[in-house]
Amino acid sequence: MKRLLMHLLLLSSVTCVVIGQTAQPLAEDPELEKRLQALSQELRCLVCQNETLADSRAGLAEDLRREIREQMRAGKTDQEIVTFLTGRYGDFVLYRPRVTPTTYLLWFGPFLLLAVGLAVLYRQIKQRRALVTQQPLTPQDRRQVAELLKAPTEKGSA
Amino acid sequence: MNRFVLPLAIFVVLVVFLAIGLGHDPHEVPSPLINKAAPAFQLPQLHEPAKTFSPQEMRGKVWLFNVWASWCISCREEHPLLLELARSGAVPIYGLNYKDERQEALAWLNDLGNPYLLSAADLDGRVGIDYGVYGAPETYLIDRDGVIRFKHIGPLTPDVLQGKLLPLVKSLSK
Repeated sequence: MKRLLMHLLLLSSVTCVVIGQTAQPLAEDPELEKRLQALSQELRCLVCQNETLADSRAGLAEDLRREIREQMRAGKTDQEIVTFLTGRYGDFVLYRPRVTPTTYLLWFGPFLLLAVGLAVLYRQIKQRRALVTQQPLTPQDRRQVAELLKAPTEKGSA
Repeated sequence: MNRFVLPLAIFVVLVVFLAIGLGHDPHEVPSPLINKAAPAFQLPQLHEPAKTFSPQEMRGKVWLFNVWASWCISCREEHPLLLELARSGAVPIYGLNYKDERQEALAWLNDLGNPYLLSAADLDGRVGIDYGVYGAPETYLIDRDGVIRFKHIGPLTPDVLQGKLLPLVKSLSK
């Protein structure tokens, strides 16, 4: 009886070891997993488009991570892998849009708006200044001003 | 009067941009594969796994390549249209059975009818990745030289079929 128990115990520990091994491949190469994580943060999952490839649990995302992992293992650079993916799924997989003629408006639009805003501001200020300088005081205005300014000082000194 | 012109112009520009945005389906990602050679592959056939299928065998023909799976609900939606198209004989339809179980795929075709001359079985989805598949069903039109001419993502509709696909088949078959 005791022996049987011992055997059972031993057997159960063996299965534990086996289970432990099947889960291993993920952590097999922590360096590569880190690289995969970093790269897939920059890539879009096409099924759930507002998630990165790193965060998504969609089937396609898992397949693509597998593909990237295999290519990394085969010694491909990140750039080569990105080229592989954009060749199939288009630039849309990149979270950081590329600077191409179609994205010029996206990249430079805000600066264009800023420039337009500054131009409008400049014109406004210039116009206002012109309004002020275009109406110089007449000699009569000056006399009036001088009298008005003089009056309180005389009273004040008295 | 003049002070209203600029805000109105800005408003019109904004409305145009928003209208264009509304008309776009964000799920339709333009495929970079259009006008490029269809990626080569060699896969076992669904019905006879001992035999293989490769798009190179289709050189000289205009054909439709339809990605489907028994787990794909939208595939059910487009299925009657594919059957009808197959019956009309306008264009040969080949299937890519994408990430499916063989038995379930066969049962699905048995139940609903089989519009495909044959289906290739892409069990692990690798060929799917090469074709940029991200949401079955997807349909590719491939010309005589093996170049992808058209891609439709999501279920085919009569509008797409009559308006785009069939006219393109006609012009490519000339």
